[in-house]
Amino acid sequence: MQIFPCPFCGPRNETEFHFAGELGKERPDTTQEVAAPDWATYLYAQRNEKGPVREVWMHLTCSELFVMERDSVSMEVVGSGSLREGAE
Amino acid sequence: MTRYSAFRLLREGLRGHSGWGQAWRSPQPKPAYDAVIIGAGGHGLATAYYLAKNHGVTNVAVVEKGWLGGGNTGRNTTVIRSNYFYPESAALYDLSVRLYEKLSRELNYNIMFSQRGMIVTAHSEPEMEMAARQVNAMRLNGVDAEFLDRDQVRKMAPLLNFGPDMRYPIHGGVLQPRAGTGRHDAVAWGYARAADALGVDIIQNCEVLGLIVEAGRCVGVHTSQGDIRAGIVGAAVAGHSSVIAGMATRDLPITSYALQAFVSEPLKPVLDTVVLCPPFGTYISQSDKGGLVIGGGLDRIPSYGQRGNMPVQETVLAGLVEMMPALASVKLLRHWAGIVDVTPDSSPILGPSGLDGLYLNCGWGTGGFKAIPAGGYLFAHILATGQHHEISRPFDLARFETGHLIDEGAASGIAH
Amino acid sequence: MTSHRTTRAALIDLGKPLRFTFDGTAYQGFEGDTLASALLANGVRVMGRSFKYHRPRGPLGAWVDDPNAIMGVTLNGRSLPNCPATTTPLEDGMQARAVNAWPSARFDIKGGLDLFHRWLGAGFYYKTFMWPDWHLFEPMIRKMAGLGDISRNVLEDYCADQVHDHCETLVIGGGAAGLAAARAAAEGGQNVVLVDDKPVLGGGVHQLAGVEDFAPRDWVASEAHAIEAAGGRILTATTAFGIFDHRMVGLVQNGPFGTAPRLHRMRAARIILATGALDRPVTFASNDLPGVMTIDAACEYLARYAVLVGKRIGVLSNNSLADDKLAMLAEAGAEVVRLNPADGAICALGRKQVRCVAQGRNSHKVDTLLVSGGMTPLVHLWRHAGGKLDWCTERQAFLPGAAPEGMVAIGAAGGTFDLDAALAEARAAGSGVPADAIPSRYKLTPLWPEPGSKGRQWIDFQHDVTLKDVELAARENYVSVEHLKRYTTLGMASDQGKTSNMAGLAAMAAVQGRPLPEVGTTTFRPPFVPVPIELYHGHHEKQLWHPLKRLALEQEHREIGAALGEYGGWLRPGWYGTGDAKAHIRQEILTARNAAGLFDASPLGKIEVIGPDAEAFVDFIYYNTISTLKPGHIRYGFMLTEGGIVMDDGVIARLDRNRFVISCSSSHVGSVRTHLEAWRQDGNDPDRIFVHDLTDHWATLTVAGPKAREVLTDLALDMDLSPTAFPHMTMRETRFAHSPLRVARVSFTGDLSYEMSIRRSKAAELWQALVAAGERIGAAPIGVEALSILRAEKGYIMIGKDTDGETMPHDLGFGVPRQKKKVAFIGDRSLHSVKANGARRKMLVGLTVSVGDKALPTGAHLVEGTPLQSVGYVTSSYDSPTLGHPIALALVENGTERLGESISVWHMGETRMATISAPCAFDPEGARLNA
Repeated sequence: MQIFPCPFCGPRNETEFHFAGELGKERPDTTQEVAAPDWATYLYAQRNEKGPVREVWMHLTCSELFVMERDSVSMEVVGSGSLREGAE
Repeated sequence: MTRYSAFRLLREGLRGHSGWGQAWRSPQPKPAYDAVIIGAGGHGLATAYYLAKNHGVTNVAVVEKGWLGGGNTGRNTTVIRSNYFYPESAALYDLSVRLYEKLSRELNYNIMFSQRGMIVTAHSEPEMEMAARQVNAMRLNGVDAEFLDRDQVRKMAPLLNFGPDMRYPIHGGVLQPRAGTGRHDAVAWGYARAADALGVDIIQNCEVLGLIVEAGRCVGVHTSQGDIRAGIVGAAVAGHSSVIAGMATRDLPITSYALQAFVSEPLKPVLDTVVLCPPFGTYISQSDKGGLVIGGGLDRIPSYGQRGNMPVQETVLAGLVEMMPALASVKLLRHWAGIVDVTPDSSPILGPSGLDGLYLNCGWGTGGFKAIPAGGYLFAHILATGQHHEISRPFDLARFETGHLIDEGAASGIAH
Repeated sequence: MTSHRTTRAALIDLGKPLRFTFDGTAYQGFEGDTLASALLANGVRVMGRSFKYHRPRGPLGAWVDDPNAIMGVTLNGRSLPNCPATTTPLEDGMQARAVNAWPSARFDIKGGLDLFHRWLGAGFYYKTFMWPDWHLFEPMIRKMAGLGDISRNVLEDYCADQVHDHCETLVIGGGAAGLAAARAAAEGGQNVVLVDDKPVLGGGVHQLAGVEDFAPRDWVASEAHAIEAAGGRILTATTAFGIFDHRMVGLVQNGPFGTAPRLHRMRAARIILATGALDRPVTFASNDLPGVMTIDAACEYLARYAVLVGKRIGVLSNNSLADDKLAMLAEAGAEVVRLNPADGAICALGRKQVRCVAQGRNSHKVDTLLVSGGMTPLVHLWRHAGGKLDWCTERQAFLPGAAPEGMVAIGAAGGTFDLDAALAEARAAGSGVPADAIPSRYKLTPLWPEPGSKGRQWIDFQHDVTLKDVELAARENYVSVEHLKRYTTLGMASDQGKTSNMAGLAAMAAVQGRPLPEVGTTTFRPPFVPVPIELYHGHHEKQLWHPLKRLALEQEHREIGAALGEYGGWLRPGWYGTGDAKAHIRQEILTARNAAGLFDASPLGKIEVIGPDAEAFVDFIYYNTISTLKPGHIRYGFMLTEGGIVMDDGVIARLDRNRFVISCSSSHVGSVRTHLEAWRQDGNDPDRIFVHDLTDHWATLTVAGPKAREVLTDLALDMDLSPTAFPHMTMRETRFAHSPLRVARVSFTGDLSYEMSIRRSKAAELWQALVAAGERIGAAPIGVEALSILRAEKGYIMIGKDTDGETMPHDLGFGVPRQKKKVAFIGDRSLHSVKANGARRKMLVGLTVSVGDKALPTGAHLVEGTPLQSVGYVTSSYDSPTLGHPIALALVENGTERLGESISVWHMGETRMATISAPCAFDPEGARLNA
């Protein structure tokens, strides 16, 4: 059982959280023409880094999205911060 | 290659087994090969074997950062099946089952493919309707399938919970009789031995550190044992596919997760088939040695850590006790995890990577073991001809741009 | 049989004799014995048979390291398979049987297999059984393999407690070092938990003459007392079986035989590892004979259980620690014959037990042969936590190296084998006050397997892996330590290689002429000892596994005879009445069509979206344009995934300019809420949109049918119900019983329909009023089953049933927004992919069958061509009581372009014909809907 730090609720069990995606995905402006490869990149491409990662998570019990920095190999959590401010 | 047979075994037994040769060599890498395959797991080794056997390309190296067969090939739950819904998947996985059926004799290595059948249970009337849709789809795909009612399931797997207070009562299920289990390590070793005999160099403890790219084309790999140039490079590295793609500065539609598996202490035979109960997120079979081999769903946290995490252990094993309560007191011997490469549609990626000269065999997610022969067969075809095989074409990376996803999970309601 | 019990003071209670049987023979032991110690006391040597060759075996160790004595045990009608005799506390009335042996361990019918050993070496099965087919040989091999047999019966009340716990310092291991460290930490003011896997604390301390001027037992008692006096907790019979991410330690606490153990999920700020070390066996010819045992095991049997394992004992040791222990055996009356490893290889002789040991030309008659090949620190947990190992040449062992965060290894686990040094180290670790290290006095002469030497020399006792097998693996180039393990099965037995792994590595190193540390170690995987699967299960059983959601009106439904069943995670009325369900459902449908049906729709989603940006937000969330919706009006629409796939359908109502209510499918409420929250916070200004899920707070009751207006009229609500004042797809707010009531004119049956939402607490009052009003005009409650048919008659879909993971809105006849909607919305770009624009999309249609034909089977496929190809499938199919003939919905390639065509329907090998029609079979003009 890992412990994740919700910036709003404090440290909680991992089972309360939902992985929402890697940080930094920008939705293309779909009112303009979006080329198929660009849309596919937005939809599906993942950096999927081995080592330090910055991800968006949702704390399901408070419904807040936040940014968490952790290591995808050691599972160490470095820190978290609100989505607006980015990771601390 | 020393040929294996009952007669030879008999003779070697009488002379202290001194006559067996190496199953494979441990060669030094040559400076260049016609083809270099990254990853000596099942897929990489099978690719090398079929390159040599089907296409006559024998100047091949398989480079492996650890020991051959040490990734997901040696960490899975050994299930082999082709109970798929879409014709594209059925063609792929049934090719694999058919190759598996004759693999022991082809490789002269007993991989112990045991076709003891696999049941996927259904737990409500809507699920029975979905099961019917599935059985019909499989039969139309040319794959064996039987629709079982509750009593038929009970007869085949009496350990299942038919108690009155079960949360998800069993209504019936889908059986694929030709499905079963194989000896996972033997698949890697069998392919390695056969490929080696055809001249393939399998180079263990040789980590790929980077790609050699010249004029926009991948022409080799930098490794911990020096540079190796190649006419063509194929990557079959499962959970680490994104790492290799990252060397080519490309992002793949892949997320790596840990997938856990469990084995119990050996028991006398209690379970003849593979059984998957989707609402409990658990499936189980009994190995020839007697251990119950248990698997479940992915971990919930993207991960490269090859170890299990307790919440998923509890979910899978608690699910097993609900599914087969008589197993509650059986002791768990070991659990472990592999890193699997999960695509958005849970179907594999076969074909060009986007970097000239570099090809991908990845994205098998939780189901790579059963696909080893087909993955190798098709990937060898792609590397040798530069063209897709008809069966591999739908699995090209291009599907994510065209939208032609092959999403079995969404189609059939059957977890995979 | 002679008694091996001595008069030495030990940890057993001679005042409490216990009777038990082994392989049918009755014996007596004492409280405090293990099955193994009691059998040894009775002179029993053969306690099991090996896995492959069925060789007779006795215990090699005295605790978790023993690979040999494995038993099925029955007590009071409860049987457990594969119980290690060395760790199973004896209880009165136990009936034990050796596994893998028949009729007994001593006379095993399969013992003759050993004669064929030369053909059954490592990996022999990979080389044969291929012709004609593996399936011919497999059943026989399967039957031969396996250890214990399980009862097919479920053990009643076998349920593991599971507790969460935490502490500042967790000390694992209650030997000298663990006790001293825990005491120092507790007295330093820390919240300490000490766990020890044995029932009695002290580890190897009981073998000593004394500890710091105390008798061992007194010292242990005083340390334990001091720990508890300082507020520390002690858990005995509790094994730390794994360390998981973020320093979570799994503890298994064992209770009496036949009860499920308790799981502690212990989280500790700091872990002190004091797990000790194992004495390792020595590899020599016939080293598997019963009577061959480690020196440490023999001393444990004597110290803890007052069992002297032999009268005339041969001893082979390569280290000072084992040498120091031998005195106690002699004191207890054994005749000890020392053998010097330097005098050459030894060989054990005997059939079912060791009778003699030969070394060169010398041979000695012995009844027991004790060996020590040096100490192997127990570093399993260290590795689970990610700690590194360093090879120590002096000790010929892997010792804890670079430490995982918050963890330290002390005492024998850390390679400190001398008591004074271990205590000093432990106290320093516990208190945090550093102490000077005391130099090690441990002396050892390496004693490893010697390749090429004679005889059968066991490396892995349970799995029958011998030195020759390791040599064969090396010859065949299975030289990676993992290949060695997997090819020979070395270290994969139920003892997890506690005794065999080091010998295996050393053997491979010796065969290849490489330094041992270069060979490396295999991965140490949890659990440290096998644990029952139940441990992970606990009380989440039966209906508590995924508990069902309950309706506010469950009691009311029960009272009128509802047949409750699970629908999308909720317990809901499927129909009302007992007996023939089909007849009830049919009657409910006719009631709904002729008068009105009363339906509890409470699980239907009620998610409000509020705020100045709400309008733009729902426009983005929905496929359909919502911004043009006027307050008080309702629109049907889809939510899509970014991939363009229909995720949910339902209606959205606009309450006022900045306030919407989303009515999503019952089973999608959670996912829709998460979806809305994610998009609200990512890509929008979360201060200008508020998402509020009221699904569980409000009940929803629906009146549907041609007489629905009469039912509502009877309620005397303060509202104009006329079709012009309150038309289809509008919503009104009023009050019922002094509580706000929302009434929506939406329909899932195709008839005039009112959906009323009210606070949960008022639901019963409204329901009773509706039932009473309904009775007067022939309306009655209807269940989910009737509704499923009613909606299918009208051609209304259920997401996930009539759609699949490829369905886009234009497949369902809703193509306009895809072409016309100007603002961005989720999934928009994906609706124009090659696939989305392609031919052969599966589209929603109806299917009709010839007069008199039966309903089509749901799940049947629609097929074309030769060979037959699937072009779709039947998604919903019923006998329609309203229409008097079968109806069906299907997804068919290009379906909407093929209305009127006939098509083959294929089910389990049989083919029928049907005609493609529009999905709506009931009131296609919508006159009843708009009534």
